[in-house]
Amino acid sequence: MKKLAIVLSIILIFTFLGTGCSNSNQDRVTINVLNYGEYIETDLLDEFEETYNIRVNYEIYPTPEDMYTRVNSGATEYDLIITSDYMIERLINQDFVLPLDFDNIPNYQFIDDDFRTLPYDPEGKYTVPYFWGTLGILYNTEVVEGTPDSWDLLWDEQYSGEILMMDSQRDSLGAALKKLGYSLNTTDESQLEEAKQLLIQQKPLVLAYVVDEVRDMMIGDEASIALLWSGEAVAAMGDNEKLNYYVPKEGSNIWVDAMFIPKTAKHKSEAEQFINFLTSKESTLANIDYVWYSTVHTEALEEVESFLFDNPGFNPSDETLDRTEMFRDLGDFLQTYYRIWTEVLAH
Amino acid sequence: MNKRQKFFAYPYGLWMTLFILLPILLVFLYSITSKDTNQIKTLRFTLDNYRKFFDPLYINVIIRSINLALISTFFCLVIGYPVAYIISTTNLKKRNTVLLLFILPMWMNMLLRTYAWMTILGNNGLINSFLNMLGLPSFRLLYNNTAIVIGMVYNFLPFMVLPIYTVLSKMDMKLVEASHDLGADHKTTFLRVIFPLSLPGVISGIIMVFMPAVSSFVIPRLLGGNRSLYIGTLIENLFLVTGDWHFGSSVAIIMMLIILASMSILNRFDVDKEGGAGLW
Amino acid sequence: MVKDRIKKLYMSLVFVFLYAPIAVLVIYSFNDSTSRGTWGGFTLRWYAELLSDRDIKTALYYTVVVALLAASISTIVGTFTAIGLYSFNKMPKAIMLNLNYLPVVNPDVVTGLALMILYLSANMRLGFLSMLLSHITFDIPYVILAVLPKLKSMNKHITEAALDLGATPMYALRKIVIPEIMPGIITGFLIAFTLSIDDFVISFFTTGSGVTNLSIVIYSMARRGVKPTINALSTLMLGAVLILLFLINKRSSLIDEQKNNGGFI
Repeated sequence: MKKLAIVLSIILIFTFLGTGCSNSNQDRVTINVLNYGEYIETDLLDEFEETYNIRVNYEIYPTPEDMYTRVNSGATEYDLIITSDYMIERLINQDFVLPLDFDNIPNYQFIDDDFRTLPYDPEGKYTVPYFWGTLGILYNTEVVEGTPDSWDLLWDEQYSGEILMMDSQRDSLGAALKKLGYSLNTTDESQLEEAKQLLIQQKPLVLAYVVDEVRDMMIGDEASIALLWSGEAVAAMGDNEKLNYYVPKEGSNIWVDAMFIPKTAKHKSEAEQFINFLTSKESTLANIDYVWYSTVHTEALEEVESFLFDNPGFNPSDETLDRTEMFRDLGDFLQTYYRIWTEVLAH
Repeated sequence: MNKRQKFFAYPYGLWMTLFILLPILLVFLYSITSKDTNQIKTLRFTLDNYRKFFDPLYINVIIRSINLALISTFFCLVIGYPVAYIISTTNLKKRNTVLLLFILPMWMNMLLRTYAWMTILGNNGLINSFLNMLGLPSFRLLYNNTAIVIGMVYNFLPFMVLPIYTVLSKMDMKLVEASHDLGADHKTTFLRVIFPLSLPGVISGIIMVFMPAVSSFVIPRLLGGNRSLYIGTLIENLFLVTGDWHFGSSVAIIMMLIILASMSILNRFDVDKEGGAGLW
Repeated sequence: MVKDRIKKLYMSLVFVFLYAPIAVLVIYSFNDSTSRGTWGGFTLRWYAELLSDRDIKTALYYTVVVALLAASISTIVGTFTAIGLYSFNKMPKAIMLNLNYLPVVNPDVVTGLALMILYLSANMRLGFLSMLLSHITFDIPYVILAVLPKLKSMNKHITEAALDLGATPMYALRKIVIPEIMPGIITGFLIAFTLSIDDFVISFFTTGSGVTNLSIVIYSMARRGVKPTINALSTLMLGAVLILLFLINKRSSLIDEQKNNGGFI
């Protein structure tokens, strides 16, 4: 009996500990934040909590599609979500996003004008941009001959087994579509089928379909060519000098990740305070230091280290940007993209 | 035993209905309804989700998964049986230590150990670096089926060894002695006496390895480079990425049926009906 | 003897195979470089960083709490259920047992997503409670699996004798049955605890709201390069397990000694 009593008391203690952690913070507001993995300098979370006495429950997800499924099922409530352009567009169209009260976000003044009224939020009333970048190719200059400038490098049989593609449908499908000269937002199924065939042809050459692992693999010389976002590329180049990045001449994708507040948010103004905190120059610089992605912050851009500033991956030229296209929400047609991608993987 | 103590089991009966039976019924429900609507009143029943599955593309996914699981199970058996045998013939003092040492890796996080294999098998990983030092060329050991099988064998080997060991250790050694006394050599004794007696353990082991191997999604994803879809990764993809829960549910039900079918086939060999209880 | 040598060689090879990844994890926890490919020198800084790493601390906290809670509750429920099942008639017993073994037989993926669908259909928020309930659901079958055989092999006559001598059923239960099956109960608890600590798939599908566990954190990290702080954590956990096993071994050999000397513990 005594043992039973001991066991029961241990359980009770732990129950209190487990659920009680939130009890002890009853007087503190807690905001639930959802973001991509490894996309924030975590010290900033601690700093915010201490400065504003608001607790941050921080959760991560791998791809926007994952996030959408989770959020759509209504099972979890978030106060702030950071995700990519086309996904935000989709959620805005579904009336899922609350307009922001910019009085609570004075740091918004530092956001570059170019990033304020983008196609996914044309009136600029729902979002505050976070990071941006391009989609391109990272390659090892010691393995790849010459100076490649085209999507063809990803399909080059000479480098079979050295190529990495992304397990992210829009990005990989986008590469194929652009190689064929089509738009990344096409709703023409025959074009998608062509892209699918191209990707299936490519399969024997591909070492792996990965997302975040690419950076580490390129740094470690596990592969020589990778489809990759500019931020990842810049970070990889920082650790391995043999690497170089380019945006293919046939055109590519420009993406913007931004912050928004879903309608299920319980603490809107606190979330807005967090947005404001992240948009300060100091926070942005700290974030850039960890994430290495291109910034939307006018003042931060000026204070960024020169090796970043001079890196075309971090700071692309206008000419490069001219040939990029942003992903748009395709509504229900996305299902076709999903189906095509699953079929590519299943082969 | 007191008849009143029967009531002890009732609360769990309720729990099982709610948390085991009901979820599976819900999955089944999803698999036979269509995507168009999620309202209960306007459910549309359909077998489309199952029909979709019979496309050669997806049949290939199943065949691939079963193939891989069979190969992994085979290696687990071939490597694991001798281990079980050796441990069971070790003297008692050392035996516990050896067993503990054998089980110890299982206490480390499975994901981490799988992930560590990436460091070992990679192009610039330990094995290839070692080979290179000796002047030998590198082998592509990662992001292919070899890596997946290595990962599966590594993770599931204890599940093969433990049931076989349990049966072998309980085996009546007098039967083996009798066989020797009657003139049989070691090989015959093994084939005719020891192995048949250990069969229940072998069956247990095969089941315990084949099941998780066929449905695994972490190992193919991390070590296989996601180059092909397996049942496990397909289901995860359908549920968490594509969001097609209806089709995903039908794949899940099909996978369940495959596993239940293979179990009933294998159980025909296990006359004792020890089942899982033979494990511990 | 050649045969012995072969046996030893074989076992050594197997153990090298088993421990290679663990050795890698431990060694890299001292690597002064974040990249897996290069060795940057010996350092203890990851152990220091472990103390301030937010993600890992949260994950570790939830992992241990959920595992302890789930294992404890499962052990209690499972033990009592096993005792109850023992008195069942054959048919209902078979039904209960078959239903019980479903989570054992079913792949994690199916159990996980089935539970996720259950919670969502009930409009329940995914978080600590949903993860805990899921863990209990897959832990209890193993407890029953561990306890039931002990009940079967128990000597019924002792209980009957106790009842004949005037003990109440509850007394018999407390003083005779439970001590008899205690090894099974402990085994059940340990299995449940181990399963919960290590669980990935089911937790992955059924948690949310910032509640996470070690495996989920590692999985998210594995995609981006596991921070060496995780290596440090696993080395520490390995150390803890080794110490625990050493203590258990010591205790059981001490008990053996004392039994041999005819004394009490």
